[in-house]
Amino acid sequence: MKCETVPGKRKNHQVKIFTLSTCGWCKKTKELLKALDVQYEYIDVDTLTGEDLVEAHEEVKRYNPYRTYPTIIIDNGNHIILGFNEKEIKEKLGK
Amino acid sequence: MTQTDVILQAMKKNAVDNGYFLCPDTQLLQDLIKGLAVNTQRYGYGSCPCRIASGVKTYDADIICPCEYRDADVDEFGMCYCGLFVRKEVHADSSKMRPIPERRPQEVQDAALAVAEGRQGTSDKHTGTSTPAVREEKKVKVWRCTVCGYLCARETPPPVCPICKAKAERFKHFLLEK
Repeated sequence: MKCETVPGKRKNHQVKIFTLSTCGWCKKTKELLKALDVQYEYIDVDTLTGEDLVEAHEEVKRYNPYRTYPTIIIDNGNHIILGFNEKEIKEKLGK
Repeated sequence: MTQTDVILQAMKKNAVDNGYFLCPDTQLLQDLIKGLAVNTQRYGYGSCPCRIASGVKTYDADIICPCEYRDADVDEFGMCYCGLFVRKEVHADSSKMRPIPERRPQEVQDAALAVAEGRQGTSDKHTGTSTPAVREEKKVKVWRCTVCGYLCARETPPPVCPICKAKAERFKHFLLEK
């Protein structure tokens, strides 16, 4: 499963986000992380097929049974943020 | 007109007809319409840009925009799940836009995604046209427009009658005699 890495100066947390390429709130999330200069990886689940899709679904489900997007996974699941929760993203990652 | 223009015009009309407004955040609106255009190209129908689709129409029917959950979400939260349709006061103040909980039942989504992953359920194998068994209608209220007789099933009356434009207060709870 291919992840795209977006470079940033803040690397104190490992940030992986599962997103949809068509979703406006997912786009807001990517833009906010970029603005905060947080390094992150993202996977646009709607663009996947076959094994990659199954693998992505399994991983998202592990952290978020409802499989809603964006699902933001911080430090391998130590902290999860569901949806474009601006305040929580800033508090957790913007410091 | 481009495809996005066509979609935007259709959604605008749908909002007006139903007494709603479109997303006041212009960038988000543009992104949502673009997402709908991508999904229309990809699947042949405009499924919600903010939800994962299965690609099988019968399983995605409830999330084709405007989705089945829109009216209840606009009633409760002032906006639908993706934020394309909003109520008047949210339209006037875009700071009221925020993520809202997913109303689509998890079992409906799980059944759809099982199909997308090639793990189709046993009950409706090979039919492709049957409605997934999990999608049973809950008991909902029915409202009647006392001006034109239009009926709709939802928790609260619509802001305006989509047929004759009578306001919500002209609706009455409609009860079927046994």
